[in-house]
Amino acid sequence: MNSLIEFLSNPNTQWVLTGSILLGFASGLIGSFVLLKKQSLIGDAMAHATLPGVCIAYIISGVKSTPLFLTGAALTGLLATYFIQAIVKHSRIKTDASIGVVLSVFFGIGIVLLTYITKNMGGNQSGLDDFIFGQAASMVRGDIQTIAVGSFLIILFTSLFFKEFKIAVFDPNYAKGLGIPVGLINSILMALVIGVVVVGIQMVGVVLIAALLITPPLAARYWTDRLGLMSFISGIIGALSGVVGTTVSTIGEGLPTGPLIVLVTSALFLLSLLFGKSKGLITRFFISKGVRHT
Amino acid sequence: MTYTAWIILTGVLVGVTCGMTGALLILRRMAMIADAISHTVLLGIVGAFFVTQSLNGIPMLIGAAIVGMLTAFFVQLLDSSGVQSGAAIGVVFTSLFALGVVLLSFIGDSVHLDVQHALMGEIAFVPWDTLILGGKEAGPVAVWMLSGVFLLNLAIILIFYKEFKISTFDPQMAISIGVPVVFIHYLLMSMVSFSTVASFDSVGAILVVAMLIVPGATAYLLTDRFGLMIILSAVIGAVSALLGYGFAVVMDVSIAGSMATATGFLFGLAFFFSPSHGLIAKWVRRKNMQKNLNEEARVS
Repeated sequence: MNSLIEFLSNPNTQWVLTGSILLGFASGLIGSFVLLKKQSLIGDAMAHATLPGVCIAYIISGVKSTPLFLTGAALTGLLATYFIQAIVKHSRIKTDASIGVVLSVFFGIGIVLLTYITKNMGGNQSGLDDFIFGQAASMVRGDIQTIAVGSFLIILFTSLFFKEFKIAVFDPNYAKGLGIPVGLINSILMALVIGVVVVGIQMVGVVLIAALLITPPLAARYWTDRLGLMSFISGIIGALSGVVGTTVSTIGEGLPTGPLIVLVTSALFLLSLLFGKSKGLITRFFISKGVRHT
Repeated sequence: MTYTAWIILTGVLVGVTCGMTGALLILRRMAMIADAISHTVLLGIVGAFFVTQSLNGIPMLIGAAIVGMLTAFFVQLLDSSGVQSGAAIGVVFTSLFALGVVLLSFIGDSVHLDVQHALMGEIAFVPWDTLILGGKEAGPVAVWMLSGVFLLNLAIILIFYKEFKISTFDPQMAISIGVPVVFIHYLLMSMVSFSTVASFDSVGAILVVAMLIVPGATAYLLTDRFGLMIILSAVIGAVSALLGYGFAVVMDVSIAGSMATATGFLFGLAFFFSPSHGLIAKWVRRKNMQKNLNEEARVS
């Protein structure tokens, strides 16, 4: 217990925990819109596709610089979403196959570039490897601050435009009637999704960051039907996962941060699935029993 | 056989085995379930290791098949309880994969099984791990396992060819004439799990996704015939393996990554240049149609 208090009073740890809470909340919040727009797996593809971007940024610049990495990641992530849509639009390939093609090929290119960097650009690429599964322990203060500030901005932005997002996602035609620029809103939402992915890959890793977008809102669905409340609960679930996963990862040396965060999210999802107030399996079971009695 | 020949043979076997299974997945719109299974199979492999304390092939196949089926089953379960299928796939595979990775990190360094290896595989080491039969070396273990799974998949496709075809194109009809649709579904899921496990050692759990999805999608752009598509997909898988290997040797980069990149390259070619469904062919057809219309307008 004493070691835990000591651990929590360490200023570095406090930064890491703040970062993970904000990141978790931001991804849960944005994730609710991703879920409603049925784009969960596009988020996954986008996340995988950020790996080549990070590598290209390193190959071109030759330095380890977080802002450059994140810019590269955002560009290839965007390119991947564009490809997914273009393949569906211009060929007979269906959306799920298109996502699969883009995801695996981009990730393959990322691995090729990663090995190219290892072999040709010297040993200080160890930082790049961490992008695959995320490693909170190896992040420096600047990285954490990027995560915290980036996530905070995303949360702020989403809260400010919440109403517009909600109408544009639920009823695009009505929104147009009200004079809300639906196309613009959709682009902003996409940008925010990329923002969460890009900010989060250092901590959670490209392979699993999508889970933070997909699982918390899905868990929140079992507690409420109202979008506002659902996004909030989703954010809380994300934040809780972030902070618990990061703590366990930092205490247990060498345990990868990303998978731990995702495991906590999954556990919370399972709890919601069983005990959720509005649609949980056990809740539903008792309700149906009650109905039979009356 | 030389070192290089074994590596090339391994790559081609991965391409063919995953390619022919993948064609079925594309037609049945199950590409992302395959993606999910090839991630979660890691949990099956790690689980098999914890139970047997060895990296033996057979327990791993069993573990992978079980987890593969569980993945398909959980996705189905969530799907039918009202969760949209994309999100259902996302939740299930990230959960099981994360569990696999965390368990994997508890396994010590002494064992030839780590996260890096699980993700990317190391095809370059395949020729060193040989099967000893009666005191003699009888080729790499990976080649034996892949050949076995290849023959198994081939046998399943040949035996259930008609059932696969009917249940893919007309599930309603299949049910009404008594085809065991659910059985066929889980049969395909176990084919995916087996292919993934057998390929795991050489190309890694994640890049096997490329071999499962991309050749099938490429073949889908080239033909409308069911049987031909399966064959084409297998051939494209093999060609990707060869191209990828060549590129990896020249550039001195990851072989598995290059093979995945090569599948993307071939897909790009088909996307633009396929005679039947390519972008350019469609554009030419549209132009011709316009020209014909214009001429007709002039004549009348």
